[in-house]
Amino acid sequence: MLDIQTPLFEGQDIRLGPIDHEAHPEIESKWTHDAGFMRLMEMKPVRPFSPAQLKKEYESIEKKMEEDKNMFYFTIRAREQDRLIGKAIIQWIDWTNGNGWLRLGIGAAEDRRRGLGSQAMRLLLRFAFAELNLYRVSATSPEYNEAAVHMLRKFGFVEEVRRRQAVERDGRRWDLLMFGLLRSEWENQPTGPV
Amino acid sequence: MKDIFRGELVRLAVESPETMAKSLSRWNRDSEFLRLAESDPAQMWSERKYKEWMEQRMEKDGDDNFRFSIRTLGDDQLIGDVSIHPQWVNADAWVGIALGERETWGKGYGADAMRLILQYGFIELNLRRISLALHSYNERALKSYEKAGFKMEGAIRHDTLREGRRTDGVFMGILREEWLALQGGTS
Amino acid sequence: MNDILKGTLVQLAAMDPEEVSKHFAAWNRDSEYKRLLDTDAPRLNSAKAVKDWLDKELEKQGDTMYWFAIRAAADNQLLGDITLDVMSWNMRDAFVGLGIGPRDFWGRGYGTEAMRLILQYAFTELNLHRVTLDVFEYNPRAIRSYEKAGFRPEGRQRGAILREGKRWDVLYMGILREEWMESSTRIEKGKTS
Repeated sequence: MLDIQTPLFEGQDIRLGPIDHEAHPEIESKWTHDAGFMRLMEMKPVRPFSPAQLKKEYESIEKKMEEDKNMFYFTIRAREQDRLIGKAIIQWIDWTNGNGWLRLGIGAAEDRRRGLGSQAMRLLLRFAFAELNLYRVSATSPEYNEAAVHMLRKFGFVEEVRRRQAVERDGRRWDLLMFGLLRSEWENQPTGPV
Repeated sequence: MKDIFRGELVRLAVESPETMAKSLSRWNRDSEFLRLAESDPAQMWSERKYKEWMEQRMEKDGDDNFRFSIRTLGDDQLIGDVSIHPQWVNADAWVGIALGERETWGKGYGADAMRLILQYGFIELNLRRISLALHSYNERALKSYEKAGFKMEGAIRHDTLREGRRTDGVFMGILREEWLALQGGTS
Repeated sequence: MNDILKGTLVQLAAMDPEEVSKHFAAWNRDSEYKRLLDTDAPRLNSAKAVKDWLDKELEKQGDTMYWFAIRAAADNQLLGDITLDVMSWNMRDAFVGLGIGPRDFWGRGYGTEAMRLILQYAFTELNLHRVTLDVFEYNPRAIRSYEKAGFRPEGRQRGAILREGKRWDVLYMGILREEWMESSTRIEKGKTS
């Protein structure tokens, strides 16, 4: 039942939350030093950041959200202690056409494979369709990120574009996949609206 | 080393912000041109605004954006622009092309400019692949790009809503090997 | 996906100007360190001056410059820094520079491993075609280390350095992607873990 009392930011074991400029830079700095994670999360060459650099980055993110109004950046918190475990973003929102791009990642290896990413995905999609009123949500992933591709398919995303050999990493070329989920498709599936 | 900026019908050039702004502000009063080239809602800006943007852009472009104007060889008319935007790490680049002068549509000028920019990308920038995206309703461009050697790579469904109709965002790509094979066939 | 920032002896990390400037200022007081690294006459700058300089230099990082701190894998101690400067993206060629500060860590494989990590970064993350470096003729330890990492001599600028009343050459070395790919698979196969 879609009604305003349904919480947008509360999941079973996780919550979506704002940026914490004091506590988060140190935690995220550690993630950026883990190239195994960064190569899944980012297309850009991996680059470790100091907490100071991340603090600046957080400031520019909030500034951009305020000025451009085409991005929603959430932190993912574990319910215990409201601990930062990842990030969930809808960006490059094209309001006229109702399209937005989704990104999601759980930073620490111990927090993955526990269904927390799926819980965050569910909340993020609900936000995109029921609050932002988007017509479709897009996502992109290199083919080597099997976990991401698997999760997208699980949520009903359709593979729409395969950019051949568009990525080169670890001495190999990989296809870059683009996925899309229409609101009508999201509304009609079991993992959709609660 | 041959002149890689000179084609059979057109040449690639660079204009002052003033000159480019003058043409752009005129071209952008044609809503069909805007809707073929852009995803943003069709909007017209003053010549002064375009000049400002051209100037700002020139400062920031660096080595990641190569922008050219398209001029006819016959009478040196400024008819459009073409650009290539490398993503160096992956040796891939996005190309964009737009012909602002309506009378030049469908006469091979765009195809010639595309030939030149592909050559630039593969021979001068040493890229591995070149990509582009366009609206599914831009049928003339689609045919032209296929003739140029681009292969369809898929379409984002219903990414655009115009005139009450939903259309797709088409993605195309050409690999270096594919482009080289095309060169081999011609003189 | 391989974690290309971590080796067994060292890991590549972010440059934090506050922390790094203090170490640079201390290491710079060892004139041998400076003379192995730089052709400029060594200057003794305060940590603050170094920090101001670092803040400015670090801004330049972008698509063409990558600067990492080198930390000991065992206890996270800061050991030095390494930079990769892409001289030309369309030619896919980059310049590498490396320095290890504390003397106890010279000649023990730390620099060699940092170089191995940066080459892996250059060839499997930036997908470059070649990496170049220069090294002074009077630095045989570094020359040996770079040879071990796969670099080959490509030429020398004769007598380009004048120090202690003598003329010394600056050696240029380079490694190509194909050479690195081949040598790294050989190392891979030799691993016991």
